[in-house]
Amino acid sequence: MFGEGILKGLAETARNFLGSYVSKNRLTTVQYPEERLPQIEAYRNFPFLVYDGDDWQQGLRCVSCFICEKECPPKCIIIEKSTDKKPDAVGKPQFYPKVFNIDVSVCMSCQICVEVCPFDAIKMDTDYELSTTNRFSALLWDKHRLAKSNEHYHKIHPTEAAAVDAALATERAKVAAKAKAAAEAKPAAAPATNPNGASTTAADKPVPTASEK
Amino acid sequence: MIPTPVQQADQIFVTLQHRLVSYLPAAFQSVADVILSVIAIVLVFALLFAVTTVLERKGLGRIQNRYGPNRVGPAGFFQPLADGVKSLTKEDLVPRTADQMVHFMAPVLLVLAAFLAYAVLPVGRNMVLANLNAGILFFFAVGTLVELAVFMAGWSSRNKYSLLGAMRAIAQMISYEVPLVLASIVVIMAAGSLSTVSIVDMQTGYSGIWPHWFLFTPWGIAGFILFMIAATAESNRSPFDLPEGESEIIAGYYIEYSGFKFALFFLGEYLGMFATSGLAITLFLGGWAAPFSFLTWIPSYLWFFAKLLLLIVIFIWIRGTLPRLRMDQLMSFAWQFMLPMTLINVFVAGVWHFMPAGVIRWGVCALVLVVPAFLLSRGLKQGKKFAARTYRFAE
Repeated sequence: MFGEGILKGLAETARNFLGSYVSKNRLTTVQYPEERLPQIEAYRNFPFLVYDGDDWQQGLRCVSCFICEKECPPKCIIIEKSTDKKPDAVGKPQFYPKVFNIDVSVCMSCQICVEVCPFDAIKMDTDYELSTTNRFSALLWDKHRLAKSNEHYHKIHPTEAAAVDAALATERAKVAAKAKAAAEAKPAAAPATNPNGASTTAADKPVPTASEK
Repeated sequence: MIPTPVQQADQIFVTLQHRLVSYLPAAFQSVADVILSVIAIVLVFALLFAVTTVLERKGLGRIQNRYGPNRVGPAGFFQPLADGVKSLTKEDLVPRTADQMVHFMAPVLLVLAAFLAYAVLPVGRNMVLANLNAGILFFFAVGTLVELAVFMAGWSSRNKYSLLGAMRAIAQMISYEVPLVLASIVVIMAAGSLSTVSIVDMQTGYSGIWPHWFLFTPWGIAGFILFMIAATAESNRSPFDLPEGESEIIAGYYIEYSGFKFALFFLGEYLGMFATSGLAITLFLGGWAAPFSFLTWIPSYLWFFAKLLLLIVIFIWIRGTLPRLRMDQLMSFAWQFMLPMTLINVFVAGVWHFMPAGVIRWGVCALVLVVPAFLLSRGLKQGKKFAARTYRFAE
């Protein structure tokens, strides 16, 4: 009939208009700052550096191997190696990054740094409220800004973090067994390093057999 | 004679204006009178524009199951304030090759023309700026200035999209101006006057509780519907918003406008919509007259604005419902349906005048209108079958 389609359409829009006042589940909008949707576990945003224990400087897993810096497609990672060593996550004395910067204005969240890291030291974060008032220095994140605890990692990606922790535990056990064997073979040599490495510094205790380089 | 409280409430603005003007020396009184009215019109309709933008955005949001603006102020009603500040602080870009003078004049002229039309609209009893005896003629003459402003904007921007948009806008506005004027002619025929005030005065009577609006005649209903369709096209609103056509020609004739000039175009467009709605109210809906005889105690200006808001709501509703027409559909609708229908409506109004009153007159007039409308809409559909399109070169 003449004009029937228009009337049908008007009825439909009227139904939507009135219905949106009656039933809440018609409105799909999430009123963001007040309410938020739960985050899915696979969500990722920018990388962060994982540290074990309480001291972010001592517990940093990164050994400054430069793999991520070399692999980073947009070249947003800047690393400077330290001159001294400290025990890493599994207890071996390693170099650590004196400077570790990520320019997040350049980072494209590709996760390649995470995939190439052999030490499980860099992981993807989920924080997305990152606006700043300065577009230069505030977007160049330094080591301190990037360092986040293993507990944080467990909170944002529980399954992944559990797998990483299990792998690290076997690695630590292996290193501890090796150190024990070495200590037994050479009882006169220096005492074995602390597997957890949180309380002692490696700088004054050089153990060349445990180092990779 | 002492006016009753109801009359006092009805005439409160008129007496206030007289009171204010009477403090001035006699030489300035007539000028001050006009200036006061102009200030009132500018303030009230600019405020109505602000309210309408919020209502429209919230209404469209609800139609699409969204909230719409709800952040600034109570329920988002201060949003136009924020928008105004935003458009004022925005950079005003003018293309280097643009005709600077014309580019600047176009939005000013548009708003000016839109405001001029309010001079002849009676918004209440004794509340009209200029009671011209050719008021409707003045209204349409001023309405054509809008087309000039639109073309100035499109031409001076030196941008092919804005020129295309302006040409489309002009083609559309001129095409729909014809049915717009022809649809209002029936009322002029019935009232025998071009003055908006006397047209409203003719509709203020009541039979029982029912008002004598021109809407309640066959030619009145048809005229009102045709007038509203033409007014929608005339004010470039959806589904006739081709001149803007965000998806095809970005923003049409005002693509090169930014900041406050853009806001002025917006203002002008809405003011044009209010003005044509106001004229529709004046011609068909009894102007400021109450819809029932027992409701006449409510002040007349409130009735005018209630009717205006009702028409605005209908405009918003239509905008939320109908998709945009194609250019050829728009043109064929104007010339193949609107024009013949308005001409038939003029004929019906004449028949109505000469036939004796009664049910037969109603039946004959309604029949003469409905049958051609049906046949014409059939004719428009003829040979237009919907099928999957084949693209010869794209596949």
